[in-house]
Amino acid sequence: MNIVITDQDMKKINYYLNKMVSSSMAHSVLLIDRSGQLIAHHGNTPEFDILSLSALTAANFGATAEIARILGEEEFTLLFHKGRNENVYFSAVGEHVILVTLFDDSTSLGLIRLQINKVIDELSTILLSIFEKGRVKSTDPLRPS
Amino acid sequence: MPFINFSKDEIQCKIVYYGAGFCGKTTNLQYIYSQTMEDIKGKMVSIDTKGDRTLFFDFLSLSLGKIRGFDIRVQLYTVPGQVHYDATRKLVLKGVDGVVFVADSLKVQRKKNIESLINLAKNLAEKGISIRSIPLVIQYNKRDLDGTDSEILALDILEKDLNSMLKVPSFSGSALKGSGVFETLREISKLVVKEVSRKIMLLDKQLR
Repeated sequence: MNIVITDQDMKKINYYLNKMVSSSMAHSVLLIDRSGQLIAHHGNTPEFDILSLSALTAANFGATAEIARILGEEEFTLLFHKGRNENVYFSAVGEHVILVTLFDDSTSLGLIRLQINKVIDELSTILLSIFEKGRVKSTDPLRPS
Repeated sequence: MPFINFSKDEIQCKIVYYGAGFCGKTTNLQYIYSQTMEDIKGKMVSIDTKGDRTLFFDFLSLSLGKIRGFDIRVQLYTVPGQVHYDATRKLVLKGVDGVVFVADSLKVQRKKNIESLINLAKNLAEKGISIRSIPLVIQYNKRDLDGTDSEILALDILEKDLNSMLKVPSFSGSALKGSGVFETLREISKLVVKEVSRKIMLLDKQLR
């Protein structure tokens, strides 16, 4: 399976990420796949190491999913870390992707959650079609999995 | 599972260093980190316990230049080697494109190397990947101990134990001193990029 993101896919994704950032006043959002690869990033986070953040987020989410499984839950679909200045909100977008929202005290957790709920279905549909394409292609006899 | 981003002309691949506890996976990454130029590497992230054991993983991102106009970025990960961290190893293997199996040359670790390789095959199989088809390179680490008081296995014994069926490229090395580290990285990168490159060519044909 290989994941191919076309220009058109990226435009659609960026449209919703932009909408999310401007409506929630979060300073940035990342869309990452559950293996830790960064898919898209929108907003202003020049000082952060985005690639390490993606790898750690995926691991964090994976570890939490295992905790959920041990507790008899299917999954925890959202996670929230509160810091003194920075806060991080993680939400599952379908089966394969995690939306990471970084925000400070200029906005509120309630607004962030509200705005995420508004874009998550659309993002989920776009991403599902990207991942489904990858799955179809991997059955091509010319390409090993 | 490489990420091919046509919007940014970028390809991201994931390479995992696998092997038994204390075989030198983290040391490989540390050496790579210490010897690469600032502009091609990211920060190295390690989640370890106080006793030098990797608790979750180490992570290092490297830029390998361009193929067919695409920027190639590889993410290097290590797994915790200890038997009881199998759930973590499975998590790190998610979306893997290539594996470096680091074998410990110490004679006392002979059984642990074999067990770890079997564990790799099992964990890959659970993800629908055959150990025979994924890009794989073996590194026989700690060869610098040859001639010291520590008893180490001869290379042909290690080859027979670990590579007689797989027949993948193998390198002797010392992650601590640096020998064989970049040879191993170069080979696994070559195999992964070759595979990705083939996929791009197929995609190009499909898209035209």
